[in-house]
Amino acid sequence: MNTSARRRLTAAVLTVLAVSSGATACSSGSGSSSAKDADSKTYTIWDPYPQFDKTSAWAKLLDGCGTKAGVKIKRTPFDTSDLTNKALLAAQQDNSADVLIVDNPVVSTLAEAGVLTSTDDNKLDVSKVSPNLLAAGQSGGKTYGTPIGANTLALYYNKAVLKKAGVDIASVRDWTSLTAALEKVKKAGKKGITFSAIGTEEGSFQFLPWFWGSGAKLTQLDSSEGVSALSLWKNWLDKGYAPNSVINNTQTTSWQEFASGDYAFAENGTWQLANAEKAGFEYGVIPVPGASGGEAAAPTGGEFVTIPVQSDTGRYATSQKLVSCLTSSQNLLATDTTLSYVAPTTEVQDEQVAANAELKPWVAAVKAAKGRTSDDLGTKYPKISEQMWKAVQSALSGSASPKDALGSAQSAVK
Amino acid sequence: MKHTTPLPDHRPARDRNGAATAAPPPARTTARRRPASPQWAAWAFLAPVTLYLVLFYAYPLYRNLDLSLRNYTVRSFVQGNAPFTGLTNYRTVFDDPTFAPALLHTAVFTAVCLVFQYAIGLALAVFFHQNFRLSATLRALFLVPWLLPLIVSASTWSWMLNSDSGIVNAVLSGLGLGPVNWLTSPSWSLASVIIANIWIGVPFNLVVLYSGLQSIPAGLYEAAALDGAGAWRRFWSITFPLLRPVSAITLLLGLVYTLKVFDIVWIMTKGGPADSSTTFATWSYQLGFGNLLPAFGPGAAVGNLLVVAALAFGLVYVRVQRKQALS
Repeated sequence: MNTSARRRLTAAVLTVLAVSSGATACSSGSGSSSAKDADSKTYTIWDPYPQFDKTSAWAKLLDGCGTKAGVKIKRTPFDTSDLTNKALLAAQQDNSADVLIVDNPVVSTLAEAGVLTSTDDNKLDVSKVSPNLLAAGQSGGKTYGTPIGANTLALYYNKAVLKKAGVDIASVRDWTSLTAALEKVKKAGKKGITFSAIGTEEGSFQFLPWFWGSGAKLTQLDSSEGVSALSLWKNWLDKGYAPNSVINNTQTTSWQEFASGDYAFAENGTWQLANAEKAGFEYGVIPVPGASGGEAAAPTGGEFVTIPVQSDTGRYATSQKLVSCLTSSQNLLATDTTLSYVAPTTEVQDEQVAANAELKPWVAAVKAAKGRTSDDLGTKYPKISEQMWKAVQSALSGSASPKDALGSAQSAVK
Repeated sequence: MKHTTPLPDHRPARDRNGAATAAPPPARTTARRRPASPQWAAWAFLAPVTLYLVLFYAYPLYRNLDLSLRNYTVRSFVQGNAPFTGLTNYRTVFDDPTFAPALLHTAVFTAVCLVFQYAIGLALAVFFHQNFRLSATLRALFLVPWLLPLIVSASTWSWMLNSDSGIVNAVLSGLGLGPVNWLTSPSWSLASVIIANIWIGVPFNLVVLYSGLQSIPAGLYEAAALDGAGAWRRFWSITFPLLRPVSAITLLLGLVYTLKVFDIVWIMTKGGPADSSTTFATWSYQLGFGNLLPAFGPGAAVGNLLVVAALAFGLVYVRVQRKQALS
């Protein structure tokens, strides 16, 4: 009797197990098929704009383009910093989105991983896009997507603070005159300049206009020009023209410092324009000056619309329609206005300036700007950039001189 | 004995086994079947937990080990054909100029945090053990750091310690002291994250040690007081020795928790400036996710070193626990 009771129990347990494993088998089956979109009429789009919800113009634009192409759109927004790894993982599982919108320096990494189709395969027309912007998405002679818009860095200035310090903005034309202006501002009891030198890609992004403005090249971090750019920043910190907190500032916290109204200058991006209007003081914008005058090339920011590799190549045709719709002149104008970006084509840029004259310095800055992965640096850029932000942090925090910091950075890249 | 009544009715249907229990003759079949069926039952009962352990512990650990033994580039990560390179990733990690500072910082961070968390936690536990008015309310307030999401407390700390507009420097300058670059100077950044982590860890020590104090019989204190022992003497001769088992557990658990602290350091300093507050946990993240071009192999290798360290101390914990169970 003892055994029979046990046997009954065993049978019961086994039945339960069988049922539950059967159930999980079913559910995992249906799960995997839904992840891969059994419905071929549904196209997935991943973007880095979590700030836009379902009711936003951006989401409606995506749906509209879907309807035009005769498919349903399933949109998933991600945090920018999350998107690279998510895209790599999805590609590993052969589960990539049909259309992927990513930050431009990531494009060459994803292309290197074989995740993206080039314009040869997906037949995207990129002829209208400004070549300096398109370059960020090119490697090995192929183009892996098209920019949805561009932003870049320039110097915002606070008119009231400069007036109080007796600085004429027209006199700020190179590094010497900028430093002289900062000195005057400090003497007037105000704060000089704020920027972001944090130990992430943001820090490199903010340092690049000065680095390139000195005439240095990313292939040689420790050139005398590169050292002079880092020394400029270091000198500002030592003299108190820039706050020590820049070492830990993101571009957002740096903007908050500028918005307090105490700072004369802030290095920040196109995307802060809307906030600048709300800051409550009069501001102006000048391009970042080069070491001995002229405009320094600033790095381009902004995302690329790409078409990831699919096992079902038949999907490319519709994806291409979707991307063409998203980047058509009319839609670019709408999207770039909401994102506070500069359009990637001259045609739309002109329309933007006509609609809003304040964009003029930004359009000029974008025209002079340069992609971080340009010059065929491609996947070498991330390594260089990491060493560069480390060197900036070492020098500014005083743990190494600018020359030594850049020297060890250069030797670590090799 | 309820089962006995229906059994005879079924007996004809289930011939052999039912009989086997009643009568010994076909002993061979019983001998074979008997151990088999309980074993099946045992396995069936074990299956869910085994499945869970395999899916959520063994497999990820295996994957992490595999990642650390292969040369993954972004391309081979996607296509899954990374070549096996043995211990190359570990060698890369050991040869990295960041290794020695990261090891030192991890050791200092863990040791200093543990000592202060334990000492402050014990002092507060003894203090609240007096059961004065409002002691329960105050004790509850001390739990707040524990209840706050780490991102909230770490961000608050980084605002408070801001070089130019932080409240800590404002207080310091009010006292006539110069400002300290808490988060942006290589000589202070590690101290800053340690301070924040001590603040977060004290409540855990307080709660565990306080509950340990409850189990010390009050009679001992009374007797000692009658014999003329002062408060200091009572602490060192009664509280501290009797609290030893609880202390050991608190310290060991604290050690494992502190080794892997990541959020606070990452939010406050990102391991910088110039690696001055990098620990193994932040370094592993930096390698695997902190760059546009992830280095999965070395990142996983650093993660495994952490796992091994935590495992070593986990074994110590198990041994201590066994010793305590025996005594």
